[in-house]
Amino acid sequence: MRYSPASALKVAALIALTALPAAAFDGTPFTDATGREVQVPANPARVFAAGPPAATLLYTLKPAAMIGWVRAPKTSDLPFLRPEVAALPELGRLTGKGDTLNLEVLLSATPDLIVDYGTVSGTYTDLAARVQDQSGVPYVLVDGSFAVLPQSIRDMGKVLAVPERADQLAAYAEATLAEIDALLAEIPEAERPTVYLARGSEGLETAAKGSINAEIIERVGGRNVADLETKGLANVSAEQVQAWAPQVIITIDRDFAARVATMPEWQGVPAVTNGRVYLAPATPFGFIDAPPSVNRLIGLKWLAHKFYPEKVKTDLTTAVEEFYDLFYGVKPDGAALAALLGG
Amino acid sequence: MADRALIPLLLVGLILALLLAAATGAFPIPPGRIVAVLAGRDGDAQAAAVLWNIRLPRVLAAALVGAALSGAGAAYQTVFRNPLVSPDILGVSAGAGFGAVLGILLGLPVLAIQLMGFGTGLATVGLVLLLSLSLRGGGQVLVMVLCGIAIGALAGAGISLVKLLADPESQLPAITFWLMGSLAGIKRPDVAAALPAIVTGLVPLILLRWRICLLALGDDEARSLGVEAGRLRLLVIACATLVTAAAVSMAGVIGWVGLMVPHMARLATGPRFDRLLPATLLAGAAFMVLVDTAARSIATMEVPLGILTAVLGAPVFLWLLARGARTWSE
Repeated sequence: MRYSPASALKVAALIALTALPAAAFDGTPFTDATGREVQVPANPARVFAAGPPAATLLYTLKPAAMIGWVRAPKTSDLPFLRPEVAALPELGRLTGKGDTLNLEVLLSATPDLIVDYGTVSGTYTDLAARVQDQSGVPYVLVDGSFAVLPQSIRDMGKVLAVPERADQLAAYAEATLAEIDALLAEIPEAERPTVYLARGSEGLETAAKGSINAEIIERVGGRNVADLETKGLANVSAEQVQAWAPQVIITIDRDFAARVATMPEWQGVPAVTNGRVYLAPATPFGFIDAPPSVNRLIGLKWLAHKFYPEKVKTDLTTAVEEFYDLFYGVKPDGAALAALLGG
Repeated sequence: MADRALIPLLLVGLILALLLAAATGAFPIPPGRIVAVLAGRDGDAQAAAVLWNIRLPRVLAAALVGAALSGAGAAYQTVFRNPLVSPDILGVSAGAGFGAVLGILLGLPVLAIQLMGFGTGLATVGLVLLLSLSLRGGGQVLVMVLCGIAIGALAGAGISLVKLLADPESQLPAITFWLMGSLAGIKRPDVAAALPAIVTGLVPLILLRWRICLLALGDDEARSLGVEAGRLRLLVIACATLVTAAAVSMAGVIGWVGLMVPHMARLATGPRFDRLLPATLLAGAAFMVLVDTAARSIATMEVPLGILTAVLGAPVFLWLLARGARTWSE
């Protein structure tokens, strides 16, 4: 065998590559949703969230540890965010091949932990392992299914070393879900409204029944009319919406909500005729999805109010105020709350 | 004889396609009652609203888009003397796509998005023509096509950039749906906005169809027959671009129709543009009306037109290739 300087360099580089991550891995072992055992730092102080759902969860659990946003908050979001984190830079997102985040940029922000919160699939398991191997930063993925939300909050709290805070938020989540279950127990299937989720300025983009974008509608008993061939987003025609004749329309598009009453092709839809088109608030995080994270807990309460106005007698403004205080650490004043809910 | 029967035959086909499309839809209206509803003799106001505001504008839009893309395809193929040319050869689709997705990114109203797509589609081809005329060998067809490919690639890069900048939760799905082409959101004002441009573009093509025939012979032959090839070619390109930009900005990017329908028509008429154009317009309108009817009835969700035209178009195109180039050259 011959040893050239070049191959010696390669060997040295290989040793350096394998040694580097190992050095960063001292800490407590944590088995994440992908089944990988990850060495998590005892008290992570600089945490990067890989996608918007994780960023929201991280913000609610341990805002002081955030090092940046996946997408910078919009100006309209700022009054509803802690000022010290609102100004953090936008770093981009890790999503697999189409990353908008350069790993070198991420590393120069010196994170000691990367967290992700969302779908657990082969792609994301592999992504977590690859980014961790490549960057040497431990990468934890927590299951983002809505059904296991309280447990996921606790898991993320454990990883971030804020178990008491996580318990507090998880207890709120459990109470909210129990409240919804108690409400639904009194309402027979036939009395639950048929619901169409309108997206886009024409309202013709929708989230199918069973999709992550519409799942909280079903959780509050809404019967999503869009039972489609897909479990994601789809386009439908106005004629199809007419044929479905939904009793309630939930929209996330301000423009659509403002114009639907005057759009000829929406006339005669029961929700439009009866004035039951509701614009979901979206600051600082959406009530329905955008992102699909803990922000949806207040969406559950909001939907319960919109779906069953005769049954739900609690005060929505107070509920929103409490939620924003507990989760987002801000106390919006009366005018801000009215603007948020009035839209 | 067969030649003379062709146009009436296609016309009957188009009318049948329109009737089928008008009678098909998600909203339950028995076909037998449609005439009564349209005449206002049926008391069902909701059915009338669905027909007038949703279904009929869409059927009309499908016919317009089909005729526009096919007619433009036939015109482009003739002036470039190349059967592989489709209406987006000079970058009109990519340009219109860029303008429209930029409009979505900026959160503009739908009609403004349509206008922006229309404007950038025209501007893209304008830029291509200016470039090709100012470069060495100015006005040559090859230079023109190469400029179109280059500018089209730039517009494509612009579309990718807009996708990257778009909000992945709200804007990106809208952009993706738009780029796949659909008539799902068509309303009467959209049709009213596109109609004048499509008519303005198609009328000169129809009036000048005998002269345009001569372009297929080559510039020198055309000149010897008294036709100034360069100027006529520019006029045809302008007209075909106008109708394509109007169609694309209304319906999104729909591939294959502009390439395939002229070939299908050519099988019946032969390559002469004066015979080809009417057959292409009628066949294109009928084809698009049928494809759009399929797009809104084979599933509860809308199937993007770009997918359906490719699924139907690719096999037909391969079959044409297998038959060889006889239909073009004879």
